Amino acid sequence: MKRVSWVSQAARIAWKDLHIEGRSREVVYTMGFMAALVVLVFSFAFISGQETTVGPDAVAGIMWVAVLFSGTVALSRTFDRERESEAIRSLLLSPVPRSAIYAGKLVATAAIMFLVEVLLAPLLAALFSAAIWPHALWLGLLLLLGTIGFCSVGVIFSAALLRARSRDALLGALLFPIVIPVLLSASRATAYLLDPAAPDLDPALFWTRFLAALDVVFVVVGLWSFEPVVMGE
Amino acid sequence: MLFPMSSARLSSARFQAGIAATLVGFLLVPLLVANAPLEKTMGIVQKIFYFHVPCAWLLMLSTFVCAGGSLAYLFAGSESGDRLALCSAELGVLFGLCVMVTGPLWARAAWGVFWTWDVRLTSSLLLWLMLIAYGLARRYGGTGGRRLAAAMALFAAADVPLVYVSVNLWRGLHPNTKTVSSLAPGMRLPFFVSLVIFSALWGVLLALRMRVERGQARLVELAIEIEDAEGKSS
Repeated sequence: MKRVSWVSQAARIAWKDLHIEGRSREVVYTMGFMAALVVLVFSFAFISGQETTVGPDAVAGIMWVAVLFSGTVALSRTFDRERESEAIRSLLLSPVPRSAIYAGKLVATAAIMFLVEVLLAPLLAALFSAAIWPHALWLGLLLLLGTIGFCSVGVIFSAALLRARSRDALLGALLFPIVIPVLLSASRATAYLLDPAAPDLDPALFWTRFLAALDVVFVVVGLWSFEPVVMGE
Repeated sequence: MLFPMSSARLSSARFQAGIAATLVGFLLVPLLVANAPLEKTMGIVQKIFYFHVPCAWLLMLSTFVCAGGSLAYLFAGSESGDRLALCSAELGVLFGLCVMVTGPLWARAAWGVFWTWDVRLTSSLLLWLMLIAYGLARRYGGTGGRRLAAAMALFAAADVPLVYVSVNLWRGLHPNTKTVSSLAPGMRLPFFVSLVIFSALWGVLLALRMRVERGQARLVELAIEIEDAEGKSS
């Protein structure tokens, strides 16, 4: 029998999820709508009278809060599909290392979230005249790193909450305290990038590196603890 | 005897000595604290320090004990590790509450505000929130709740240094972390005695709480045994 490498196993699980999403587009649409709504809610709450914009700090904060809240929608659906016809049982019975399942789910969820975020950024630029274009690639990298950090914790929680009744209520409540450092470093870095008056970009560089280090820590803990966490399913 | 092991542990000479020492300590500490010199600028207000800092230390200790127990539970299937994690998380929430009550009181008197986003305040708050989330996962997490909570504890422990560093830099402040070593000599003894006694209280409460959990686990085992025996006889 041909041995399949860990990477290609993970890639196949990710591909399977992306393929299902490509057919239904359910998560992209619901998450995207949710993200746009969060941004609009903040606009209605913050902007009044003749003002047309808010400072770069606030834009960065709004962006990351929108990512966090709408990301919870995507995460709660990551394992939801596996509940239909007990697909989770077949997935866990298949001779695939659990860490490959984790990696596959992480890649698929992060990819879907990232797609929505890339569409979200221009909306912010339009609504708040935020300067996203001068450092567009860097901003994209930040979104990617932040999303990976958020999903690396979220995928585990989503898997463990598969059979909990109060799943949707709990996911955000458990996830947000843990991912505060991700939110903090990502929104700090974004604020520096969006600020046209920033004297230099050293702080943004620092926070980007810090975020990358956070991702490494969270992904390692995730890969390592996924197996015992889902063992009883 | 229903709980041969646990009652043996509780009635052991060492445990009783621990309780006695803690009680004596709580008689001793107020005297030491009352006799400690007054701080120059804050005066009597600074006395809350002897209560506040040990609670904050126990909040931190609880988080790491919780993570240690969770590690043993997740990777070695240790039931007692799981009980240890639960009990220390609960104590962490309790001592965290003490921190969150005494901290703002002290801040209001010393700085004029109830809350600032200072690094230690913010990190303690986040630590406390994580332990509360742990409790929520345990209580409402359904069948996977125990394993989920254990994973949370691991993430929380990994988070502690990251939270501290990120909050520190986020505020752009560099608070003096040498407060304890710069304590006036007269304050040092009451502080360390208070720290030890509070830790002893934590240990006693943990042992008592663990006993309840062990008893509950044993009760479930016995109920299953009785059901089995009834099933066989009928």
